[in-house]
Amino acid sequence: MIQKDNIAVKIVCFLASVVVVFFLPLYSLVLWISKLLNHEIVWELDDRTGPVRRFLVRNWLGSNATAQQHRIFIYFLLPSFSAFFVFVTVPFLHGLFLSLTNWSGLNTGSEVFIGLQNYVVIFKDARFAYSLYRTVLYSVMNIFAINVVAFFLAILVTQELRFKNIYRAGFFMPNLIGGLVLGYIWQFIFNRALVSASEFFNPSLLISGETALLGLIIVVTWQYAGYIMMIYVAAIQNIPQDLIEASKIDGANAWQRLKTITLPLVAQAFTVSMFLTLVTSFKQFDTVMSLTQGGPGAIMTHWIGSMYGLVEMPVVQSTNLIAINIYQEAFSKYQMGVGQAKAIVFFIFLLAISLLQVYYNKRREVEL
Amino acid sequence: MQKALKGFFTPKLFLELLGIVLLGVFFFPFMMVIFNSAKNASEIIATPLSYPEDWSNLIKNIQEILSRRNIDYYRSFVNSVIITSVSLAAIGVFSGMAAWILVRTKTRYSFWIFMFFLAGMVIPFQVVMLPLVRLLETLRAMTGIQFKDTYHGVILVYIGFGTPLSIFLFHGFIKSIPIDIEEAAIIDGCSKAQVFFLIVLPILKPIFVTLLVLNGMWIWNDYLLPVLVIGLGGSVKTLPLSVANLAGFYDKEWALILTSVLMAALPILILFLFAQKHIIKGMTSGAIK
Repeated sequence: MIQKDNIAVKIVCFLASVVVVFFLPLYSLVLWISKLLNHEIVWELDDRTGPVRRFLVRNWLGSNATAQQHRIFIYFLLPSFSAFFVFVTVPFLHGLFLSLTNWSGLNTGSEVFIGLQNYVVIFKDARFAYSLYRTVLYSVMNIFAINVVAFFLAILVTQELRFKNIYRAGFFMPNLIGGLVLGYIWQFIFNRALVSASEFFNPSLLISGETALLGLIIVVTWQYAGYIMMIYVAAIQNIPQDLIEASKIDGANAWQRLKTITLPLVAQAFTVSMFLTLVTSFKQFDTVMSLTQGGPGAIMTHWIGSMYGLVEMPVVQSTNLIAINIYQEAFSKYQMGVGQAKAIVFFIFLLAISLLQVYYNKRREVEL
Repeated sequence: MQKALKGFFTPKLFLELLGIVLLGVFFFPFMMVIFNSAKNASEIIATPLSYPEDWSNLIKNIQEILSRRNIDYYRSFVNSVIITSVSLAAIGVFSGMAAWILVRTKTRYSFWIFMFFLAGMVIPFQVVMLPLVRLLETLRAMTGIQFKDTYHGVILVYIGFGTPLSIFLFHGFIKSIPIDIEEAAIIDGCSKAQVFFLIVLPILKPIFVTLLVLNGMWIWNDYLLPVLVIGLGGSVKTLPLSVANLAGFYDKEWALILTSVLMAALPILILFLFAQKHIIKGMTSGAIK
């Protein structure tokens, strides 16, 4: 079924794209050919010329420098700008509107404006709160695990070791493989390989709702630590060598050097790594999709349930992180409007948290 | 004797051993994939950890993967290569053009357009994905051109999403290039386009490589965007999609799944062996900026 988007918007968009995409390049081609044929097109401007035409010729159509500059500006900007505008900006703005409608199913086009009702539904939904809580919990543990492991590895591979380049490349390698593929590898390792190895790994981490998140953290740390390690390595290598030598002469031991020289001087790398790990943790999608599909089931955390006045705690999906939750809301339940509203809540949440994080770390950097 | 031993067990040796052990831990999953790709179904259930009895099973599994029509390994490999390379070239050249003209045209418009692109960097894909799928349908209804499950559709969407970061990195770099070279070229009779393509683009090479690596890793491994724009069974499906397709279809047939995982990971690992320095440098310097 064809969508009933606003007809005026359609016409304006169409005309604008025709002018920019077809008319201007064609016009330039004509100008160029006429120049080659020594038939310069001259626009006669005299007192009788109207203001619109005068403006157009001076700024866009004439052969004077300003008009040429403007045309070149448009041509150079156009390819990336139009792709960005059409496929990012327009869906983003449209999404803001769609989150206020009862949109269900991709192509109906018959949605009705229902105000903030979707947002009310979301904030009354204990499952969404649980999903948000799990995402925050996961992100905090994940950021901690990745940064600690990465910093430790970075210290290790910046020592004078014989195979340090091999170590660096080796630790970096998991990062080359996509999250989806990694998820399958680790699903096999947790559910098949380790289970057969010893009782300690049996039952597998991924079977129980209590531990599945831990399994996910192990996988993502394995994947991401090598990448973050390289950021720390770059920072550690930038530390001036004479500082370290001076402290050695003054009698500082390895621990004191780490605490008073290395840590403060890699503070900036720490901000970058925190930011990167924070954003990737919150957006985590493909690894979860192939590792656990959002499951396994668990009983909802008690304090969240009681906050929403639930007496019996329902069974929830324990690795149903927010990105997965949005996807399932839209493509399993076909509640597109609610899904879109969730996505916007997610966006605002992510924006606020990452701004806060950068702000606090910048302040700490100055103090250190 | 004791002295010699003391000299041998230095902290450095301990660190070296630690490194080797950790390397072993990091490589364990890779080992598992390689070993188990060379086993048949019953062997994988009986002894998933052991060294494979017969490496010829690996060839058998690979042939099996190549012959399955719902995986379509060759085609999805070619699709991945086409989509990744065309998107990379387009993102690189187009955003280089935009960034250059934005830096060199000093008006308030160019500042605000740059800010507009930057704002795109904070938008996560999840916020845009549902309206995007709908937009692609609308565009088809309006123009009759199919955007879903076609090369040009996916590539255009990738250009849209890859542009902000690329323009940001290019913008920072171009600001540091002295304008004198370009002015000299204009005096020598270059047109603006010639200045960009003959003079500026070669200077941009280091940041271009960074962007190739950053965007290349993203596009090659991406799953969520292709699954929405192409679909699991699509005719231009990429490698991650066919691995997901296979794993969904042959549930728990681990020998085949792991072989397909191996075959999906192999191209990029081989590339890494050759361009290791560039890849590590590209990803790290891209992040720091």
